[in-house]
Amino acid sequence: MRDRRPLYLMTPALGWLTAFMVVPCLLILGLAFFRRGLYGGIEYTLTWENIRLVFDPLYAGIFLKSAWIAGLSALIAVVLGYAAAYAIAAMPRRHQPLLLFFAVLPFWSNYLVRTYAWIVLLNREGLIVHLARLLGFEGELPSMLYTETAVVVGLVYNYLPFVILACYAPLSRLNPEVSEASRDLGAGGWTTFRRVVLPMTVPGIATGFTFVFVLSIGNFVTPALLGGGQFQMIGNLVYAQFLTANDWPFGAALSIFLIAIMMGLLTLQTFASEKASGGRNA
Amino acid sequence: MRNAPLPLMLAILAAVFAFLYLPISVLVALSFNDGGLPTAWTGFSTRWYAELFSNADIIGAALNTLIVAVVSTILATLFGTLLAVGVEIRRRKGRFLETIIFAPMIIPDIVLAIALLSFFSLLGVTMGLHTIILAHVVFNLAFVCSVVRARLKTFDWSIVEASTDLGAPTLTTLRRVILPVLSPAIVAGALLAFTLSVDEFVIAFFTAGAGRASTTLPMQIFAMIRFGVTPEINALATIVMGISVLALTLSQRLNRGGLPGQ
Repeated sequence: MRDRRPLYLMTPALGWLTAFMVVPCLLILGLAFFRRGLYGGIEYTLTWENIRLVFDPLYAGIFLKSAWIAGLSALIAVVLGYAAAYAIAAMPRRHQPLLLFFAVLPFWSNYLVRTYAWIVLLNREGLIVHLARLLGFEGELPSMLYTETAVVVGLVYNYLPFVILACYAPLSRLNPEVSEASRDLGAGGWTTFRRVVLPMTVPGIATGFTFVFVLSIGNFVTPALLGGGQFQMIGNLVYAQFLTANDWPFGAALSIFLIAIMMGLLTLQTFASEKASGGRNA
Repeated sequence: MRNAPLPLMLAILAAVFAFLYLPISVLVALSFNDGGLPTAWTGFSTRWYAELFSNADIIGAALNTLIVAVVSTILATLFGTLLAVGVEIRRRKGRFLETIIFAPMIIPDIVLAIALLSFFSLLGVTMGLHTIILAHVVFNLAFVCSVVRARLKTFDWSIVEASTDLGAPTLTTLRRVILPVLSPAIVAGALLAFTLSVDEFVIAFFTAGAGRASTTLPMQIFAMIRFGVTPEINALATIVMGISVLALTLSQRLNRGGLPGQ
């Protein structure tokens, strides 16, 4: 009785996912190999042109720039998030769930709103400029909004809660006796952290980093709002192909690379986690 | 970790929490600032909220958001729960199946958005609220499924066998035995789905079609932000955040530790 029934329980959901996720994604895969029509439609002749165009220095440059922004954001988020998770795990057990809840809460408020908050802080007439004036800074302050830094700050801010969550999981499972053993054997605090604690919490770091990187590299809201018009990442490029430039096949080709990068990273992350937990059984 | 220097740990926590909460607190404070400017406090006032509620565009967008969120949550909760039960009953765990179920949660929203836009336009479907709903059910059902599955991991399947052995038909077992145990997780999953749907912007933006008729609240907020910083956005932002925080807190209460990622 346990093996036949699941099928019809799963049918509605799997049907839905097939119709509105799998098929549309396959469609994108196909679309990337057609030609763009003269007036923006799709011309049904096969071509490698769109795939080739992704490697054009102009677009490859945008890919690299996006990867750089995403990597930097992920790195900063992991450093901050790990420190926060470590600090939460160091607090008395009974306070930990509440601290964790409040660390994650902002993550569930609206993404646009959280990004908008930084516009209020960073814009020319914003709070930070105002505070700087109060503290006695004179003259023209460099604009902070619509810069690469603003985009990185926005991405870190938005995804930090998830990193805290991801890093907290392995840190909270850590057996304190292991650290104590390391100290008893003469290792200092820093050595214990670097040689004992850090290796055992690699899965959390890998998950956090991958998550921030994947969500950042395809992001188009943050570059659009905090980067201003002149700032382009792949997400904005894809957006433009579909909504302004009307070159759907090229937009589809860009998306395929986005998915490929994502799948590559997820595979790496799974590998890193399995390797880290394999030998030690943490 | 008991040997970690406490002052340093407290300093880190204070810094991170300040970083997380200061920006949104500024928004909330400004939404009650009579003058509306971020640089000068001119007294407490709820006038921006009053202005918000007399703005027909915003009320329309809020209604659209509510329709999308309610309908997609109902469908996703139904399908997601059935899927979770189905997957957990199955003894064999297929890697392919797991990938399909996991995919909607990790696929970049822009990719799903353009895929659905291409799909609907090639089929000649007129886009509107109904296409946003179709799209939202995709990721919502995955999240509901993961919350319910987390609960099912600790579920005692022997009571299902007992029910079957006593002659209960499958549906009766589902309704009388499985559902009562799962209901906190199902409600938690539904609240999560509702929050996700209310907040979702990118996919709605691409699947809403032309015209203002199917503008949702996040789309409205995006347009307002692009237009410029106005005090009404602060008020709207505060309300939207309030709704998410309320729904999430409820969800967390109902289902301790069952949120995805925990």
